[in-house]
Amino acid sequence: MRAALPVLGLLAIIGLWWLATIVFGIEPLLVPSPADVVVSFLELPGYLLEQTLITLWEAVSGFALSIVIGVPLALLIVGSSVLERMFYPLLVALNAVPKVAIAPIVVVWFGFGISSKVLMVVLVCIFPIVISTASGMKSTPGELVELFRSLDATRTHEFFKLRLWHALPQIFVGLKVSITLAVIGAVIGEFVGADAGLGYVITVSGGSADTSLAFAAMALLAVISVALFYLLTWAERKLVPWSEEHRVL
Amino acid sequence: MITISGVSHSFGGVHALDGIDLEVGEHEFVAVIGRSGCGKSTLLRLVAGLLSPSAGEILVAGSPVTRPRGDVSVMFQRPALLPWRTVLANVLLPAEVLGLGDQRDRAHELLELAGLGGFEKRLPHELSGGMQQRVSLCRSLIQSPRVMLVDEPFSALDAITRTELSEELQRVQLARPRAVVFVTHSIDEAVLLADRIVVLSPRPGRIHRVVEVDLPRPRALGQVELDEVSRELRGLLATA
Ligand SMILES: Nc1ncnc2c1ncn2[C@@H]1O[C@H](COP(=O)(O)OP(=O)(O)O)[C@@H](O)[C@H]1O
Ligand SMILES: [Mg+2]
Repeated sequence: MRAALPVLGLLAIIGLWWLATIVFGIEPLLVPSPADVVVSFLELPGYLLEQTLITLWEAVSGFALSIVIGVPLALLIVGSSVLERMFYPLLVALNAVPKVAIAPIVVVWFGFGISSKVLMVVLVCIFPIVISTASGMKSTPGELVELFRSLDATRTHEFFKLRLWHALPQIFVGLKVSITLAVIGAVIGEFVGADAGLGYVITVSGGSADTSLAFAAMALLAVISVALFYLLTWAERKLVPWSEEHRVL
Repeated sequence: MITISGVSHSFGGVHALDGIDLEVGEHEFVAVIGRSGCGKSTLLRLVAGLLSPSAGEILVAGSPVTRPRGDVSVMFQRPALLPWRTVLANVLLPAEVLGLGDQRDRAHELLELAGLGGFEKRLPHELSGGMQQRVSLCRSLIQSPRVMLVDEPFSALDAITRTELSEELQRVQLARPRAVVFVTHSIDEAVLLADRIVVLSPRPGRIHRVVEVDLPRPRALGQVELDEVSRELRGLLATA
């Protein structure tokens, strides 16, 4: 029953949407009906799936790269107050710059291919990952830190047997924020300059006034985002069984 | 085993301990009792090497304490278990950090003795508070410490569990006597467990009196012979 509720919600919204297009007689050019969107998808299923995979790959590889860079960065920030003071403000500044404004430059530097999109994804994903990892490690309870001190533990032990583990539930909070941003980052990159991907499909369909194709692409983006999010939630349950997080949710 | 001579400690302006002199024998169980804030935890931290004294010197097994050492274990007020580690892995933590090699057999043995056989694979949140504190006790024993420092370990537990755990600690000490410094604010626990009881007076913490408890073991809570000592301690604490 619980699993059926989101599906029910989705069907209700699609039903209302359909009803609205009929009742208000909205032009398909402005708002296509769900049927138009499905038809659009069925006209080019292979092509659309291929574009979906491209966007998915950009988002996932950028996300993975953000973890690979972001977690060690957080370790450095927590490990050294000098590094923290040197780079934390920079990180905040980087995050404050609108990514849409950086995108054209990134495309100029890295070209129309996948690397500029992956970089865009890293730029939007890395901040939540660094912040959640660093704040999770810093919030390690004093009594646990004192336990490690009483065992004369090395810094390495304190970080890898204590702080990083303690941070895991919070890291997952950051990861869940990042994974939805990852898809957005990839699409921004594709908007600005690309020859493939769902963002590119949306730009092109806008140019040719094919609204229902744009809707189909957006629906596919939503599907990727939701799938990635729940994949992470599932991984969290498996990897962090002691966390309070999913006992509340 | 422990020699504390002329130890004073201040935190900034707060004078927490003043001129503490105390010897703890190799197999001696010393309880430290006093009002909260009189410096009991500070004294333990100093012996553990987690703090260094503002004045005076502390020797453990003949050498000055400069930092925490592997043959001294500390047990805290709260269980302080790592929530992501199983019971067994929690008990093994000191062995890992101190590099003592594979102590799994010993950990199983300790858990069995503590009545936790069959719980090795559980996570701490699946255990009651009393069981968690038992795990914490096993953990502080895994490194075969020569000195055990125990800070109000049962104060967060209900009365029945406290009694059980005090008796558990007595059993541990009878089976293999060590130098123990046991901080408590429970007179009954102190009388049950200790060879000597140090009464601290507050602000700054000074040794008010040392009471010998010369009663045969094992002792039991509620035993009439303990009452006399308890009464004496109650009087001492009131004047401390
Ligand atoms: N880290 C610290 N910084 C400043 N003051 C402290 C610190 N730890 C303890 N104190 C002070 O030292 C005194 C003794 O504290 P403590 O040893 O914890 O007492 P007890 O364990 O007997 O309750 C108290 O007045 C307390 O406020
Ligand atoms: Mg205390």
